[in-house]
Amino acid sequence: MADQFLVLIVLFPLFVGLLIPIIAYFNKSVVWPLAILSLIGSFWAVFNTATQLLKLDPSSSISYYLGNWMAPFGIEYVVDRFNIMVLFAIICVSLLTTIFAKQVIEKELGDNAANFYSLFLLFITGLLGITITGDAFNLYVLLEIASLTSYGLIALGRGRALVATFNYLIMGSMGACFYLLGVGYLFIKTGTLNMDQLYDVLPLLFDSKAVLVGFVFIILGMWVKMAFFPLHSWLPNAYSLAPTAAACLMAPLMTKVSVYVMIRFMLNVFSTEYVYSVLTINNIIVIMSSIAIIAGSIYALSQKNLKKMLTFIIVAEIGYMVGGVWTGHVDGIRGAIYHITADAFMTLCLFMAVGCIVYRVGNDKLESLKGIFKKMPITMICFLVGGFSVIGIPPTCGFFSKWYLISGAFNSGAWYFIIALIISSLINAVLFFRIIEIGFFGAMSNEKPDYKSLQSIKFNEVPINMWLPLVIVSMILIILGIYTNEIMTNFILNIVPMM
Amino acid sequence: MFEYLITNYNYMVVVFLMMMGLWAMIAKKNLVKKCIGLVIFQTGIILFYISMGAKNNSTIPIIDPKYGEAAINYANPLTQILMLTAIVVGVATLGVGLMLVQRIYKEYGSINEDRILEKFK
Repeated sequence: MADQFLVLIVLFPLFVGLLIPIIAYFNKSVVWPLAILSLIGSFWAVFNTATQLLKLDPSSSISYYLGNWMAPFGIEYVVDRFNIMVLFAIICVSLLTTIFAKQVIEKELGDNAANFYSLFLLFITGLLGITITGDAFNLYVLLEIASLTSYGLIALGRGRALVATFNYLIMGSMGACFYLLGVGYLFIKTGTLNMDQLYDVLPLLFDSKAVLVGFVFIILGMWVKMAFFPLHSWLPNAYSLAPTAAACLMAPLMTKVSVYVMIRFMLNVFSTEYVYSVLTINNIIVIMSSIAIIAGSIYALSQKNLKKMLTFIIVAEIGYMVGGVWTGHVDGIRGAIYHITADAFMTLCLFMAVGCIVYRVGNDKLESLKGIFKKMPITMICFLVGGFSVIGIPPTCGFFSKWYLISGAFNSGAWYFIIALIISSLINAVLFFRIIEIGFFGAMSNEKPDYKSLQSIKFNEVPINMWLPLVIVSMILIILGIYTNEIMTNFILNIVPMM
Repeated sequence: MFEYLITNYNYMVVVFLMMMGLWAMIAKKNLVKKCIGLVIFQTGIILFYISMGAKNNSTIPIIDPKYGEAAINYANPLTQILMLTAIVVGVATLGVGLMLVQRIYKEYGSINEDRILEKFK
């Protein structure tokens, strides 16, 4: 049993996801508890893997060979201190979202709810698989599982969601095909698909053009999937029109897992030597991510719609992570890795809070937030914790990841990245204080507050299974911030080699 | 240079197919044509993988007493197996894409991108 935990992480949501349409045919009411149970099973497997891993030497990893075919021949699942963190983030986010999602799904989807849970769990399977696998081609298949299910989830949304989904499908397939092509180039040169073996073989081929092309294609494919700025056009519409529960799950996870894959390939397949010494493209990419951060923030500022605003904040946050990794300084890379986890929870907190607001208020326009603090105090306080974390106010975790990113940029001399980070923090502060203003005083900046209509607003909080996960997430944001040092020394320090 | 192109004509075909597919995905206004472009693009990649596993004077990768057990006599089976998976993924993507086109047509009465965008106004 103990050596099967790695594969159980993926199998729990996979099988329950496939069974749900059959079970729902007989009894619709057990679907939600069943989905939660499967995720708890997966959480238990992740937890046990983590306890096994923490007993071992910091740089070691646990492997699982599917079908008992040894590593270079068969598919290998690997867990080390890098992806155990990402796995924890994925499973916590998906568990909390599932608990949160019950009423929202019933309200928005009605009869489709059962099929929705099926896609939901298959999406989580894809993400967990991407994170845990040690095989470059297996990663492609799981990436497509996650993408295909996410197309299905977004297409269930309202209004223009169908067209947005189609654009996402074209862009996403293009990204996945680029990734596949890149893996093909690596396979021609090395004859292997196993990431560990690629890491061993590739140093002999550093001056090969084919390896360079493979690297460029893989990174480009991941940029499309993570919505890095010039390639971001699919994200805002897709995520803002998706059903609330789907947006809560996808917005925090899909982009961050793509960032994880990029960092995985940079550190553990191509090695830091290739990425930062053989190639000399760091500066260009850091400039691109600075532009991404500023552009994302400015777009966010111009939105009148809460969800749309948050999606552009995601675009800016992707810029943080890509820029942080490509600064080429240890602190920047550590900051980016820490930010994967931190940003997953921040985005979840914000999207859940907006989900609660939409559930009660009916839409997510900024002007309909008047007097919202009195009506939904718990939701709004959690929303503000998430907002403070995005701005970077201590002790939330957003502050510490930004601290590391700035330190990395400072040490590598990328002053423009520091400027972009500071501008983005200021714009985020404007965004969230604007919401505080509307929510507390009930006025857009140019009209006078109307106290009479404010007094008529009654306390009307969402049901407990919606606000409790939200409170937990905002607690996690603060706890992650307080224990930053422990996370850094126990997990992230060992991932990033000294340069 | 010309000889190089002739001897590696399979890769030229692959690049041509991929560019054609990519162009259709980006430039065509008709949503079904975009789907077709996607399939052509994926077919290009599939041919790329298959042609990297092929060898001169080799046969399908099933051990045959006539050819002996030397690996040189057989095409690389790994790329073919990978592409079986990629074909399945491609079919699934195309299925989802066509389903979306069908629902878009039902909702907006057109599969032309410009006309759909006009309806949003």
